[in-house]
Amino acid sequence: MTQPAKQPSLNPLPLKERMKVPKQHMLEQPPLLRATNFTEVNLGYSEELARQEALRCLECAKPVCMIDCPVGVKVKEFVQLIVAGDFLGAAAKIREDNVLPAITGRVCPQEDHCEGGCLMGKKVEPLGIGYLERFVADYEQQHFDVKNIVRAAPTGKKVAIVGSGPSGLTAAGDLVQKGHEVRVFEALHEIGGVLVYGIPEFRLPKAIIRQQVDYMRAMGVEFETDVVVGRTVTIDELMEEEGYDAVFIGTGAGSPQFMGIPGEHLNGVYSANEFLTRINLMHAYEFPKYDEPMLDFRGKNVAVIGGGNTALDAIRSALRLGAGKAFILYRRSEAEMPARIEEVKHARQEGIEFQVLAAPLEFLDDGTGWLAGARCQKMALGEPDASGRRRPVPIEGSEYEIPLAVAVIAIGTSANPIVQSTTPGLNTNKRNYIEADAVTQRTSRRGVFAGGDIVTGSATVILAMGAGRRAAQSIHEYLTTSGEW
Amino acid sequence: MFKILHAEFLAPGIKRFVIEAPRIAHKQKPGQFVILRLYEQGERIPITIEHSDPERGTIRIVVQSVGKTTHLLNSLKAGDSILDVVGPLGKPSEIAKFGTVVVMGGGVGTAMAYPTAAALKHAGNRVISIVGARNKELVILERELREVSDALMITTDDGSYADKGFVTDKLRQLIENGTRIDLVLAIGPIPMMRAVAEMTRKEHIRTIVSLNPIMIDGTGMCGGCRVLVDGKSEFACVDGPEFDAHRVDFAVLVQRNSMYRAAEQQSMEEFQRETEAQRKTKSQRETEAQRETVPAGQTGACAAQGDVR
Repeated sequence: MTQPAKQPSLNPLPLKERMKVPKQHMLEQPPLLRATNFTEVNLGYSEELARQEALRCLECAKPVCMIDCPVGVKVKEFVQLIVAGDFLGAAAKIREDNVLPAITGRVCPQEDHCEGGCLMGKKVEPLGIGYLERFVADYEQQHFDVKNIVRAAPTGKKVAIVGSGPSGLTAAGDLVQKGHEVRVFEALHEIGGVLVYGIPEFRLPKAIIRQQVDYMRAMGVEFETDVVVGRTVTIDELMEEEGYDAVFIGTGAGSPQFMGIPGEHLNGVYSANEFLTRINLMHAYEFPKYDEPMLDFRGKNVAVIGGGNTALDAIRSALRLGAGKAFILYRRSEAEMPARIEEVKHARQEGIEFQVLAAPLEFLDDGTGWLAGARCQKMALGEPDASGRRRPVPIEGSEYEIPLAVAVIAIGTSANPIVQSTTPGLNTNKRNYIEADAVTQRTSRRGVFAGGDIVTGSATVILAMGAGRRAAQSIHEYLTTSGEW
Repeated sequence: MFKILHAEFLAPGIKRFVIEAPRIAHKQKPGQFVILRLYEQGERIPITIEHSDPERGTIRIVVQSVGKTTHLLNSLKAGDSILDVVGPLGKPSEIAKFGTVVVMGGGVGTAMAYPTAAALKHAGNRVISIVGARNKELVILERELREVSDALMITTDDGSYADKGFVTDKLRQLIENGTRIDLVLAIGPIPMMRAVAEMTRKEHIRTIVSLNPIMIDGTGMCGGCRVLVDGKSEFACVDGPEFDAHRVDFAVLVQRNSMYRAAEQQSMEEFQRETEAQRKTKSQRETEAQRETVPAGQTGACAAQGDVR
């Protein structure tokens, strides 16, 4: 099974004993309480719980956890440092590969990466790697003085990062550590991209994002908000007039998809992006303290269409706004839902209903332009489609109607066209995503790199971060070599 | 932070600002807009750019007090700052030599129509401008529009200035007189744009309107500003704000713009209550100050009123 590690282990427990240590679960707000507030659900580990959990690591010779991590976090090493009680050392170890540990510790689908391959998980429950990462990142925030950050010697090269989401922040953090001058341009008024407008407070508090961004500022990254690259300034202008030697495009797949069914324009029908932006970026749930308004959800029927993390974020937000009945409408079965396991669990605990194998055919008008309900159709599962998941097949004659006051469409996003349409010579694919090399993240334009959702289409925070990391490495090589393209 | 260099009322409730925004000034084209946010708890509102000066790095906007945010904005003075100004957003107006173009501005829409009118004139078109307002006081940019128009017609709803009536009356006259019209650009309240669209539809005159749906990010990310164009959803922030008037479903626009009416009213009422309370405190303080014969000009109330943050 596992080989003993080459270096002497810091873990006092023999391997067999480690299997017997129970998984340490993170404390959570009770479901009925948290369903009424936007405060974070998970409350974190104590130092003691973290060390207990860390003791469970088998210290595999070939750590699958690290191999499966899109940014290559040295899981085994940081977990050992937790065992030894060196929490700041553990944080620094993570930071070698991941500049946003407090964020990934909260929103990464660990079951698909580090924890998915964990040997412990084959026998009992996998090591709580996400929880441990979150713990050390939060510990670092409380105990580390950013004044102690050592800046790299400047290379004299300037890099512009377009978009301050996960890929852009990661690329910025890695590049600044290599001594390049880095400036991040953000279209909105807050730094963080989808982390800020998309992911709700109860899953990723804004204060955490701000701390991580402040840490990056201390590292030397500059930020400029209110700049829509493509409109306020073009990529060509950044390179020709403002002297940037390279540009990384990480604009995300920010354009909401609608279903193209009748009634989508009715009052009460939202895209998930709008609904979540109102709540997260604009704080509409704090109206009238904040000016951005929101409909009155109290006691109303609310449905979110979709089965991803965004759909769950939306429906759990609706519940917190006081929805009487809040449910997910998903056209496949629960097994195909792309959402994180923990989010589905949390949602269910909070009282979210799941109507699976059903999809709306039409949104119904109450006669005054407001949503009254939806006419839905039941589905069965057919053969697997291109995504590898079983395709939903409509069942004839299964139509039924449900009353609804609000419907949120969370079926995915497509490419935002602003950068592509204003950057001559930048190649895109049929769906208008930017073409970039899978390893070097190079685009068709010399000195221009791209990564994250604007290249792959909607994916996860950690996959975007992986792309940002590869891009940073590749940009560094480009800037420090002959610059061949 | 974006500094206000100059601010003046053009009419009651309508104020013009010159704002330092070099990046935007450098890129702005007629028909484009900015999104503003005044303070940390503020909402984001779209405002058309009336003019920009790339040399000085400034943009000009004209704002009508309607809700809480525009009232607050119009309380700002030169020297104050706006927290966020982002742009230029939206597609620029199509500028080409069409022939004879009728530019119609209703109310504060006149300020939005003006830069496009100027560009159309510059492109060699014959520009006939029609400006409408509720009354004499609310007629704005008359001099500026006259400079870029071959003919300028003005209507007021109450007849207190120029001709009594609506802008559509003038358009009808032009059509009935047999004036050849190659393009109509109409910017103003939705009922006005809708009426223009209905009139030109029958005459098969190409007509452009600039739409003002509820908007948040302005970059095509949220989809809140979707309008029904030829039965399909388009985003006013990236596909517009200008659209072919004959393809726009104005009923849906009206309906979607009413979505937050209750909340908007609540905001406005609370704002008015607060302003009233502030005003009372201020006058109370002034009375007390007078009583104590302290020299005037040292109270913080004036600054507080101007600085919304």
